[in-house]
Amino acid sequence: MQVRPKILLTTASLSNRWRKGFKKSEVAVIDRRHPLLIVAIYLILIFWTVISVVPLLYMVSTAFKPNQYIFEFPPKFIPENPTTANFERAWNSENFGLYFSNSLVVSVAATVIILVLSSMMAFAFARYSFPGRTILFYSILGTMMVPGLVLIIPQFVLAKNLLLLNSLHGLVVAYSANSAVNIFFLRGSFEEIPQDLQDAAAIDGAGIWSTFWRIMLPLVKPALAAMAIFSFMGAWDEFTWALTSIQDEKLRTLPVALRLFQQSHGTQWGLVFAGSLIAIVPVIIVFLIFQRYFIQGISAGAVKG
Amino acid sequence: MGLNTAPASVSTRLSSKPKLERPPAPIARSRWEPFKKALPIYLFIAPGVILFLVWTVYPLINMFVMSFFQWNLIKPSPFVGLDNYTRAFGDEIFWQALRNTIMYAVISVPGQLIFGLGVALLVNQKLPFRSFFRTMFYLPVVSSWLVVSLIFVYLYNSQAGLLNYLLKDILHIIPSYQAWLQNPVTALFAICVLGIWKGVGWTMVIFLAGLQSVPPTLYESAAIDGANTWKRFWHITLPLIRPTVLFATVMLSIGAFNVFIQVYVMTGGGPQHSTETLMTYMYSEAFKFLDLGYGAALSWIFTAGIFIVSILEIKFLRRPVEY
Repeated sequence: MQVRPKILLTTASLSNRWRKGFKKSEVAVIDRRHPLLIVAIYLILIFWTVISVVPLLYMVSTAFKPNQYIFEFPPKFIPENPTTANFERAWNSENFGLYFSNSLVVSVAATVIILVLSSMMAFAFARYSFPGRTILFYSILGTMMVPGLVLIIPQFVLAKNLLLLNSLHGLVVAYSANSAVNIFFLRGSFEEIPQDLQDAAAIDGAGIWSTFWRIMLPLVKPALAAMAIFSFMGAWDEFTWALTSIQDEKLRTLPVALRLFQQSHGTQWGLVFAGSLIAIVPVIIVFLIFQRYFIQGISAGAVKG
Repeated sequence: MGLNTAPASVSTRLSSKPKLERPPAPIARSRWEPFKKALPIYLFIAPGVILFLVWTVYPLINMFVMSFFQWNLIKPSPFVGLDNYTRAFGDEIFWQALRNTIMYAVISVPGQLIFGLGVALLVNQKLPFRSFFRTMFYLPVVSSWLVVSLIFVYLYNSQAGLLNYLLKDILHIIPSYQAWLQNPVTALFAICVLGIWKGVGWTMVIFLAGLQSVPPTLYESAAIDGANTWKRFWHITLPLIRPTVLFATVMLSIGAFNVFIQVYVMTGGGPQHSTETLMTYMYSEAFKFLDLGYGAALSWIFTAGIFIVSILEIKFLRRPVEY
C-alpha cells in the first residue's frame, strides 16, 4: 500500500540555495558569457523589476499625496507636499484601526488552529497505518482540486444554520478548514524523520500524543514556520467569504473594509491607498523576513510530476 | 497489504523507504480488530477530520442536493429537478461567462508560463544582485488580490491613470485617453494583464525549483558535444522540466477558472457582461439575486469543467521523463 502521491515533495534545500546562491556548475543555460549578453540580461531584469514594483510604489506615493493632488497632471511619482493625513484619517475616523485588529485576531486564531489540526493529521498519515488511511488522505488531497470559491453557496447555508454568519468565529472556522495543502506538505516533512526515533519512543511507552508533541513536532519546525506564514497570509488577505458572511460594520476585516470604502469614496484614492498600505505592509514585512520559508513552501510539489 | 486485513501496528512505518524488519503480523481475530487497534489514531485525527467532513464534504454533497431545488434563503424551496441545469445551458450570459473565463485562461496561463520561465532562466544565472531581483519579482505575489486590483483600477483610470499618461503623453502609442475598464473590447484584456503581472513571480519560483532538478552533468556533456545554448534549452532543459510545466499549468488553470476578486472589484462583470466570468456570474446569481439553487448548479458545472480541464492537461503533458 503505497500512499505516496504522484506529486512529490521537492528539494528542501532549495531554500538554502535561494539564500546562498547556486553552485557554478548548476548554472548552465548560458555558459560562456559575452559582456553584451550580461548587459542584456541586466536590462531585462531591471525592466521586469520596474514593471513589478512601479504599481506598488505608485500606491505608496499616492497614499502620501494630499487629496487635491490625486488627479494632478502630469502624474508625479514623488508627492509634492507629502502628508500623513490620509493614514491618520484612515486609522482613526475611518475605523481601520478596528478592522486591523479584527483581521489580526481572526488570522492568528485561524493560523493556530490550522497548524495544530493539520500537523496532527499529517503526522498520523505519515507515521501510522490505519484502516481508511488511503481513502481519507486522497479525499483531503482531492479537495485541493476543488477550488475554494465553488463551495461558497453551500457553506453559506451551513454557516447560516450553525449561526456562524456575521461573526468572527465564522471566519475563523471557514479559514481553519483550508488545510489540505498544509497536510500534504507537513506529511512530507514527517516522513523524513528517521524511524528509530519513533521506535525508541514506542519502547519508552510513549503514546501517540506524546510521540507527536514531544518528539516529532519539534523536528518539523521549519516546515511549520512555512505553513504558519502561508496560513496567516491566506487568512489575512481573504476577501470573498468575509464579504459574504459579515454584515455588521464593526466586524469587517481589512480587505472587506477597503473594498466597501473604495466603493463609497471612489475618488479619494489617497485615503484608499493609505488603507491598502495598512493592509499590505505587515504581509510584505513578513515576506521580507521569512523569504526562504516562502520559497520552500511554494516549490513543494513542483518538480516531480 | 489490504486495507481491512492489515494490522494497525502503531509503530509500522509506511513509506517507500527501506523498512526495519517488522515482527510477524498477528492474525486479525475479527473484522473489527484493525479498527479497534487504530482507535487512538482515530481519536487523534478526529478534530481535523470532523472539520473536513463538516466544512468540505457536507457542503459538496449539499451543493448537489441544492442544485435540484429552487433554493432561496427566505421561502420554502420547491424541487425543480434538472431545471437549474437546463436553464444554465440555455442561458446566454452563462455561455458568455464561460467564453470569457476560457479567454482569460488562454491569455493569462501561457502569459504567466512564458514570462515566468523567461525570468526564472535569467535569475538562475550566477549574477550579482540576482536575489534582489528575485525578491522584487515576487512582491506582486505576496500583495493581496484586493489591494492590487484597487491599484490597477487607479492605473487604468480614464482621466489621470498612469497607463494612459504613459501610452499617450510619453510613448505616443494611443491617440487619446482610453477608459480601459469601461470599454467592452479592452476590459477583459486589462484584467488579464493584472493576472499575468501578479502571477509571474509565483511561476518563476516554481520553474526555479524545476531548473534546479536538472542534473548539471547533462549540460556539461552536451556542451562537449557542441550543443549551443538554444539546443541545450530545447533538448535538455525543456524536456526535463516538463513535470514542472505540468504542475504549473494545472495550478494556473485552476486559478484562472477561479478568477473572481479582480473582476468583482475592477468591473463587477461589466460592461454588458463583457468581463463576466463563471465565478462572478455564480456569485451574483447566488448572493445578489438569491437564486442559490441555480448558483449551486453552476458551481457543479464549473467543478466538473475544472476537473476535465485538469485531466486533459495531465494526459497531454504527462509522459515519463527519461534521463
